[in-house]
Amino acid sequence: MGGNLLANYGEAVAMILFGIGFSNLLLQKNLIKKIIGLNIMDTATYLFLAEKGYIAGRAAPIVVNDVTSVEAYINPVPSGLVLTGIVVSVSVTALMLSLTIRLYRRYHTLDMDEISTMLKKEDQ
Amino acid sequence: MDFIQNFPFFSILLSLGSGVLTSIMSARAARLWNTLILLVITAMSGVLFVYMLGAGEPYTFMMGHFPAPWGNEIRAGLLEAGMALFFCLVMLLSLKGGQEHIDAQVEGTKVNLYYIMINLLLSSLLALIYTNDLFTAYVFVEINTISACGLIMITQSGRTIEAATRYMIMASLGSGLLLMGLCILYDITGHLLMSNIKESVAYVYAQGTYNIPLIASIGMVVVGLAIKSALYPFHTWLPDAYGYSTASSAAILSSLVSKGYIFLLIKIFFRVVGFDIIVDSRIVNILFVFGLLGMIMGSVNAIMENDIRRMIAFSSVAQIGYIYMGLGLGTTTGMVASIFHILSHASTKSLLFIAGVGLTDASGDSKKFSDLTGSGYRSPAAGVAFTIGACSMVGIPLFSGFISKVQFAEAAVQNSLAKMLPTLICLAVSTVLNAIYFMKTVIRIYTPAGRDVKNTEAGAAAVISMREHPLYNLALLGMIILNVILGCCSQPIVDWITDGLAMFG
Repeated sequence: MGGNLLANYGEAVAMILFGIGFSNLLLQKNLIKKIIGLNIMDTATYLFLAEKGYIAGRAAPIVVNDVTSVEAYINPVPSGLVLTGIVVSVSVTALMLSLTIRLYRRYHTLDMDEISTMLKKEDQ
Repeated sequence: MDFIQNFPFFSILLSLGSGVLTSIMSARAARLWNTLILLVITAMSGVLFVYMLGAGEPYTFMMGHFPAPWGNEIRAGLLEAGMALFFCLVMLLSLKGGQEHIDAQVEGTKVNLYYIMINLLLSSLLALIYTNDLFTAYVFVEINTISACGLIMITQSGRTIEAATRYMIMASLGSGLLLMGLCILYDITGHLLMSNIKESVAYVYAQGTYNIPLIASIGMVVVGLAIKSALYPFHTWLPDAYGYSTASSAAILSSLVSKGYIFLLIKIFFRVVGFDIIVDSRIVNILFVFGLLGMIMGSVNAIMENDIRRMIAFSSVAQIGYIYMGLGLGTTTGMVASIFHILSHASTKSLLFIAGVGLTDASGDSKKFSDLTGSGYRSPAAGVAFTIGACSMVGIPLFSGFISKVQFAEAAVQNSLAKMLPTLICLAVSTVLNAIYFMKTVIRIYTPAGRDVKNTEAGAAAVISMREHPLYNLALLGMIILNVILGCCSQPIVDWITDGLAMFG
């Protein structure tokens, strides 16, 4: 158990970061802090993937000097997944930020709970 | 390879491409183009469905030049083709039914943006139905979420922006869990194609060395998708999102978006992990409990609601609970019942939302129950359609809701006592609760608004005659027919689902 944890400390860190990001996104009231949480959560996933794709002592999967042996390179698939994931998380972050700007212009606060109470008042 | 086998790929690409194309069109052209594309895709799905009925076995379609373990794949079978056809039909009817409201509520310069979202949503739904690659599924889940968010906030009021923000927060939590679960699953099995993962998972599970990470990753995927499809404790974003968006958006969101995620979950159960392992891991039991809770709590919340749109939205929470309860039964019959309920709920809920907006129109745009008194007389088409939708949701014979309840009950009786009793009791209680709030509404809309009714606004609202809105009435009629077909010709449909499920894994 302890040995495994030491060998996989990168994954362990990724999981802890994921938890931090997840709980921030869920529990923070401030919208900007929520978005920071979202980014921490997504980045933790990429750290996990990068850590899993890396094989010690091997090079990035770009063919140089005509070395085509599989043994020379790390697994390229997780890197591809990380790239796709970054694209997705950039667009989600942009959307969340634009929503935050609209809410701020309308209600002059970033607090989700305050916005909810204002909306309830609007209805009455 | 037959030419028809290209149709899944064509329909995904066509809707994705027309989403891009719509951005440079005028509002009118965008609407026409979108209708055309929807009709074409519906026709293609129909042809594919007939072809699959004849073919009798699924096929895989290689995307790009790399064969199975490396490349990306589409896989189409009977269930997928039928689902695609049904989703396209419901989307077409919901759009046509709410079209006048889209034109009225969405700013003129933004109408084509609405159709971009619709096209992207359709392409992501089709991709979720057809894809055989887990990471592709994740990417299209995100596209689905973003376009659904666009559909919610297109009307640009404070309410819808807040609802969209809440939706995005919950959906991001769900996708984070989904992504992490998929990464761990990839890490354990070394594959991204669903069929290959299934082989590896079976091997790993038999070895017993990685069981805890395996179960944890499946758990993360299941919880992620449950959050996104609004299973009971995660439903907080739902009433606002469905209650304040424009009618078509609400109909599409409740009947298609959440169903896309559930369909992906069913696919993961059967094709990625294997149904035996899912049942063996007891994850289904958790879904079962939360499904039952959702059935009761969704209805209780709906009873306490004083706003017709939010009431229909809370009813969705209850119906999603039914579907998850069926998944939780852990048998194939339960699964068939759930898939039937996906169809039944999609056709009924879109009908209710579209009919509901007709009633509120006839009551001076007020969604309050007190103003709705007598609106069934003021808008006869909407009144009849709402009554039929309500009957279907409660489970009156002839309509689809009855068949899905019978299916659930049959599936429950075949199960062990521990699951049979709670299911039957909750079905009964939930039916009574459904009847309370739906019949309350139906009685309300058919109570003549007397002189003592103080809502002058509603009284002043013009009577909406049947001839005034032909498109709206036609869409309502289409949905009613869909509903009655599901209710009256259920046996072929159940057979289709059973056959489709057999070749799904």
